[in-house]
Amino acid sequence: MAQATSPPTDRDPGREPPRAAPGSEDAAGLGRVRASAFVVPSLLLVGVFLVFPAIWTIYLGLTNFRLTGTAAAHPKVVGLDNYASAVGDPDFRNALWLTLLYVLGSAVIGQSVLGFVVVWLMREAPRAVRTTVETLVMLAWILPSSVVSFLWIALLDRDAGTLNALLHTPGTAWLISHPLLSVIVFNTWRGTAFSMLLYSAALDGVPPSQLESARLAGASGWQQLRDVVFPHIRGHLLTNLLLISLWTFNDFTPYLITAGGPDGATETLPVFVYRTAISDGRLGFGSAISLLMLLINLVLAVGYLRLLWERRS
Amino acid sequence: MTPAQWVRRLGFYVVIVLIAAFLAIPVLWLVFAPFDRAPTLTTSLPAWTLHNFATLADNPYALRSLGNSVLLAAGTMVLVTVLGALAAYALSRVRIPGRDGLLYALLLLSSIVTGTAAMVPIFLLVFQLNLIDSQLGVVLVLSGGLLPAAIFIMKDFMDTTPRSYEESARVFGAGPLQILRDVVVPVVRPGIATCAVWTVVQVWGNFLTPFILLRSPEKSPAAVVLYTFYTEGGQPNLGLISAFSLLYSVPVVAMYLFVNRRYGFRFHGGIKR
Repeated sequence: MAQATSPPTDRDPGREPPRAAPGSEDAAGLGRVRASAFVVPSLLLVGVFLVFPAIWTIYLGLTNFRLTGTAAAHPKVVGLDNYASAVGDPDFRNALWLTLLYVLGSAVIGQSVLGFVVVWLMREAPRAVRTTVETLVMLAWILPSSVVSFLWIALLDRDAGTLNALLHTPGTAWLISHPLLSVIVFNTWRGTAFSMLLYSAALDGVPPSQLESARLAGASGWQQLRDVVFPHIRGHLLTNLLLISLWTFNDFTPYLITAGGPDGATETLPVFVYRTAISDGRLGFGSAISLLMLLINLVLAVGYLRLLWERRS
Repeated sequence: MTPAQWVRRLGFYVVIVLIAAFLAIPVLWLVFAPFDRAPTLTTSLPAWTLHNFATLADNPYALRSLGNSVLLAAGTMVLVTVLGALAAYALSRVRIPGRDGLLYALLLLSSIVTGTAAMVPIFLLVFQLNLIDSQLGVVLVLSGGLLPAAIFIMKDFMDTTPRSYEESARVFGAGPLQILRDVVVPVVRPGIATCAVWTVVQVWGNFLTPFILLRSPEKSPAAVVLYTFYTEGGQPNLGLISAFSLLYSVPVVAMYLFVNRRYGFRFHGGIKR
């Protein structure tokens, strides 16, 4: 404590440290000016690389901006043309539909149901089994996406894939005959961890006495679930569905497995934006689609925050 | 046990075994293939060798890309942790007008403006800033995206830290920055550590941002280089891919185990246990 790092005014011995109401107290005597200086760098970075792109895309989506050619040097405002051509574009409508199926299939049904089943079954399982299964679920979640993508390419390979060896279905090219189903099952495997963690926390909040009395009253497992557990975890369920839908909607990993193919069969919205805007250079059009994605995210996130707000207050 | 109970018990374990198999089978290749003399795509017990790891050293991009991953992760981690901790502390202790609104707005923004949804404007912004193919560009973009949640996580920690330490230090005449350095930082270290590990894990696995913003393979992180290994034409070199995948995966698994053992898994960003 040898160094005086603060200006002398803050150490004025004649002045008692101001005592504000507890809970709002500036305990270290930082002061508003220095506090603002602490916050500003973060806000600046977030402002430039998060807020600005989101706002800019509103304008960009109204232009015919391209990466190369005349439209690159002199982009023109084309109004709502990009949106009109998106609506008329069968590839865009296909991407929107596939994204919906992907989110419903892998998040709302796949991850959520599997996550709950794991949590529910593990209550009765011996500790070793429980630890093993939970570790496996977590492992699928924490491995990098390029790694898990290749693991699934290997698993589903036509000639040497382990799945064909196990099922005795040699020569089945899963990624070509069932591309969307394959990435849905993949993402179920990949993302169950979050649902498991959240439902596990939610079930801890169900009073054991209520479950016990339901059991004594002769309620079956299913009745206990419906009448005791479900009413308690409804808030968590909704939170979970909103969050995993949001993440799955923004998931780029299918690209790493199928690159959107075969023939657009797994081209979800993120992959569609990548192909049209970054690969083909149609940045104006891609910006318009980006804005649509941001709006969908907004709807999901506002729903989530409202739940959060209600729970906190 | 009655026969009915016995059947029920059996069914219970059959379901568990099926789920465990579904979870484990895709990962087994990552465990066995790196140590196999002639790895194929089929999972099998290896004919033991460490030769595949030696091929990593011969590849011009493999080890270098891991270095790039470290660089991106470390750069983002320092930026996010330092800036985030300062902001979180100020927001936790000083009543700045509109503080709660600001926090929720930030959190909302970071969950909406994802790297995927904002891929196009972020790409264009970085292009206009002349930061395409620059690792600094990647670090800045990733930091901007991760900061809001980082501030939220660390503010949660700081809110639960008693103010009495700071108050007593102040009574003894320590200045605000001194208090921060000698009192606050040591006390909230677990929060900062959690946030740092979280940031590293996020950056380590991130594929899309460097994939879009970097051009040269010698600047690309492992996520992108691994992808190019298995998508470039010709027969993929499975020995190289498997050994590289394993080496690239080990750090995140280690960090997960570290955090799990040290702090347990907690929900952040407002979802309380």
